[in-house]
Amino acid sequence: MHIVVCIKQVPDSAQIRVHPVTNTIMRQGVPAIVNPYDLFSLEEALRLKDRLGGKVTVLCMGPPQAEDALRKCIGYGADDAVLVTDRAFAGADTLATSYALAAGIRQIAKEQAVDIVFTGKQTIDGDTAQVGPGIAKRMGLHLLTYVSRIVDTDLDKRTIVVERRAEGGVQVLKTALPCLVTMLENTNELRFATLPAMIHAAGFPVRKWNREQAGIEDVSKIGLKGSPTVVSKVFGPTPRSEKAEMLELDTSSLRDVSLNLLQKIFTRHPTLEADLLMKEAS
Amino acid sequence: MNTPATPDKKPAAPVKKAGGRNLELPEHLKAYKGVWVFLEHDRGHVHSVSWELLGEARKLADKLGSGVAVAVLGGPDEPLEQFAAEAFSYGADKAYVVHDPVLLGYRNEPFTKGLTDLVNRYQPEILLLGATSMGRDLAGSVATTLATGLTADCTELNIDPASRALAATRPTFGGSLLCTIMTLAYRPQMATVRPRVMAMPQPQPDRGGEIVQGTLGMIETDIVTKLLDFIADANSNKINLPYADVIVSGGKGLKNPENFRLVFELARVLGGEVGATRPCVQAGWVEADRQVGQTGKTVRPKLYIAAGVSGAIQHRVGMESSDVIVAINTDPNAPIFDFAHYGIVGNALQVLPALTQAFADHLAMRRKQAA
Amino acid sequence: MKKPSQFDAIVVGAGPSGNAAAYVMAKAGLKVLQIERGEYPGSKNVQGAILYANALEEIIPDFRDDAPLERHIIEQRMWMLDDTSFVGTHVRSDDYNKPPYNRYTIIRAQFDKWFSSKVREAGALLICETTVNHLIMDGDQVVGVQCDREQGDVYADVVILADGVNSTLARKAGFHGEIQAGNVALAVKEILFMPEETIRQRFNIGEEEGVVIEMVGRITDGMMGTGFLYTNKESLTIGVGCMLADFKRNPNRTSPYVLLEQMKHHPSIAPLIEGGEMKEYCAHLIPEGGFHAIPQVYGNGWMIVGDSGGFVNSAHREGSNLAMTTGRLAAETVIAAKAAGAGYRAAAFKAYKVALDKSFVMKDLHKYRDMPNVLHNNPQFFTTYPDLVARAARTMITVDGNDKKSKEREVLSSFRKSRSLPGLMGDAYKLWRAFR
Repeated sequence: MHIVVCIKQVPDSAQIRVHPVTNTIMRQGVPAIVNPYDLFSLEEALRLKDRLGGKVTVLCMGPPQAEDALRKCIGYGADDAVLVTDRAFAGADTLATSYALAAGIRQIAKEQAVDIVFTGKQTIDGDTAQVGPGIAKRMGLHLLTYVSRIVDTDLDKRTIVVERRAEGGVQVLKTALPCLVTMLENTNELRFATLPAMIHAAGFPVRKWNREQAGIEDVSKIGLKGSPTVVSKVFGPTPRSEKAEMLELDTSSLRDVSLNLLQKIFTRHPTLEADLLMKEAS
Repeated sequence: MNTPATPDKKPAAPVKKAGGRNLELPEHLKAYKGVWVFLEHDRGHVHSVSWELLGEARKLADKLGSGVAVAVLGGPDEPLEQFAAEAFSYGADKAYVVHDPVLLGYRNEPFTKGLTDLVNRYQPEILLLGATSMGRDLAGSVATTLATGLTADCTELNIDPASRALAATRPTFGGSLLCTIMTLAYRPQMATVRPRVMAMPQPQPDRGGEIVQGTLGMIETDIVTKLLDFIADANSNKINLPYADVIVSGGKGLKNPENFRLVFELARVLGGEVGATRPCVQAGWVEADRQVGQTGKTVRPKLYIAAGVSGAIQHRVGMESSDVIVAINTDPNAPIFDFAHYGIVGNALQVLPALTQAFADHLAMRRKQAA
Repeated sequence: MKKPSQFDAIVVGAGPSGNAAAYVMAKAGLKVLQIERGEYPGSKNVQGAILYANALEEIIPDFRDDAPLERHIIEQRMWMLDDTSFVGTHVRSDDYNKPPYNRYTIIRAQFDKWFSSKVREAGALLICETTVNHLIMDGDQVVGVQCDREQGDVYADVVILADGVNSTLARKAGFHGEIQAGNVALAVKEILFMPEETIRQRFNIGEEEGVVIEMVGRITDGMMGTGFLYTNKESLTIGVGCMLADFKRNPNRTSPYVLLEQMKHHPSIAPLIEGGEMKEYCAHLIPEGGFHAIPQVYGNGWMIVGDSGGFVNSAHREGSNLAMTTGRLAAETVIAAKAAGAGYRAAAFKAYKVALDKSFVMKDLHKYRDMPNVLHNNPQFFTTYPDLVARAARTMITVDGNDKKSKEREVLSSFRKSRSLPGLMGDAYKLWRAFR
């Protein structure tokens, strides 16, 4: 079995700050991490490998420093890592990204056929959740998104059964390999990398492909040129003109302040009191 | 994801960059007209996000001087025409309806074919979908098939007057900034919006429209993915945060998980739901379904009471459309006081019980008066 | 049964001293594994931060090509503050504008990341988010380290401890005792963002030039310590640090954070930082025991470098350059030991101590060996004298109709009244002893 897991290296948005003076993003010093959603997919791929044997290759389209993200995945147990990196990819939106990654996967498949492609559900810097479906469409892979559990994988019959999260419930879907799976978050717990694996990862020769080595011929489909969406502006959220009306606690009792607040709320929202009265206090 | 252009401090007109990119709309795409909404439905009901989108679609179409249509796909016996009638009351002019056995229950292949066929045939300039499990699965496939641009999780949709293109605004970089994205040279311009981000429109019941029936042209043996079963969620324990009209939320300022009972107590008296900030969810204090914010749920209740919540932007974007926002925090400089309607600088552990008592007494008194 | 070495050397820690050691050894072709506890190199590090170019030049001569440097320092101000004023000495020279520059302000996190990338380029292997729990001993020989991961044992010929002021490894192995509160200072700092233009105007410097202000006096509330203010490209670093023991016995229970707030409000300091937006706050311990607190620095299969060896010259606020130099010297010792092929017992590493003693590291530490003790036991240097000096200066400078001779007499009498003549002489002697 050969699984390819696509990952992205993203700035740790929890630590991103906006420069208070210039209103730009301060990228310096913000650590780059593996997109957290990708890790759920990676863990699932590694679990499949534990159960059924085979090989896990991690693939990333990104700048040279994305190599660190791939290394991290080798530390968790992936067998091989490919970084598709080229100036021509800069500025890619999701359409151009899925094109480049699909090409990379095809190239990897030339060495060993690929049975399942995993991607993360979405990225924390883009949130679009489009690259997985995009790759699937381009490669003719059966698409299974929002998967909460892989129920069964049969390599002989070439089938896979999954549970997929939908509104109000779970779909049980069965499809044929090869397929593309995006895992829902918190469906598994990422394993800890062992020390030997970390040392192995630290010195691992990550393969680096430029666009030719990735088998990409049509440059109009990658990078900025291949991106239909254009960012026309970036701006800070407009601060609200009115700040909160503050109710002072030191001059009145808590009880008085509470009653005062109630009056203000009900005056401001005329129908609210009636709505509350209609509810059965449970 | 694009690298953003140089940030401006004031909103600016869209930038037409060179660099080998096509930013002019090709002649043959200028014929694309109309704003479409994909109607998402499940077991007899349309997902409210479709109505929220319809409200937005109507506004966009009016600015463009064009019409609004819905695309609705389903099984042979599903009440799609009823959904269409509802859609007309929410502002649609037309409904493209496709019945087919293979469309009973959502699957990516037939729905992607169904929607792309409709788009190719009737050529809308804008296509909107809800950012739900179904919507995201479908949108990515459709956009790639049509080789067009898709902007996800938009918080605002506008028409740029100069280019008449859709200007889709969404948060970026963890929510600290916003960016506006446009698809200038491709059609249709696609966008997804999360539930509750847009307001629910007012229905006009006597409004009518035109239904156009279509066919799919796929048979079951063509489709590899099979839907074996659907396991509905147990409803009794369901937390319905996005549609709650009263929400009391707790943040890390509550100091420890035991204090959340004060939040639950106030919510109980108000008949409301309990929400929380992401740090509380990550610390395991409450279930993930209670998370309000950019990576959690977007809510628009009539009353939102935030206790021990600092008001960081990632939380703010999930609840700032609430009608009345009350904030309780010990820190007078907490950002939440910048956008709440009412604020109390105090310890939530004391203020919450006092508020709970005040509401309970007031509502009890009112009920007695009414009886 | 001793396992075979997988590496020539293991370096515990990826701060300045660990990076210096790993870099020099890797460059010489040794197989080096570097283990860092934090998420990335520098994530656990805090520093003022001033880079002393000289120490880095010995390791990476062309570091100026791509190292992230903020401003090169052209002006040093040394202030003695009482509650409302300061008396200071400024040294500014255009000579400092002649490259190669001698000192720079840096942002620690960015610098450590850069340095670490150089270490990896040189061929060392780096793993992060991994804590070394124990040294692995074979009898009395260190043969490896045990980490907090599964299968966490790794073996090497020598282990270099570069794990900082909070190091527990050496202590656990019995190489030295607990950190004494009297040997360590607690420092806090804030980074305040300010438009580049404002910094240039306020400090009267050009685009790449920088100013350093070092302060003593009432700002440390009677405790032994110093304050500092540095100019970065688009921000200011302001901080203060005092001996941990002094914080503990301070009757006012002043916390480091409160101390910093008070300092920021000082009338001489407030105008300089006005309008700055606080965007980062951190605290760290700094070893300040000086010469007498330096532990055993080498043994059978191990050496200590940087803060974990207490190599900080608090008199001149030099730490990172000592860190890098000790790292380099330790590395050179390992390279020599490997070449000599005579094993890795303590005798092979004695050369490290010899090199340290010959270098400015131990020479400076030895010179100032009495300073911590003297200053610690004589709080008048942080309270009475700043007051006296400030008053004296004001008296002499103010023109109020009194004749100069009377003023001088007034100043001298104020000193004598405050400290008495024997006291003054005693203080002078103590200061001389501290500095000689």
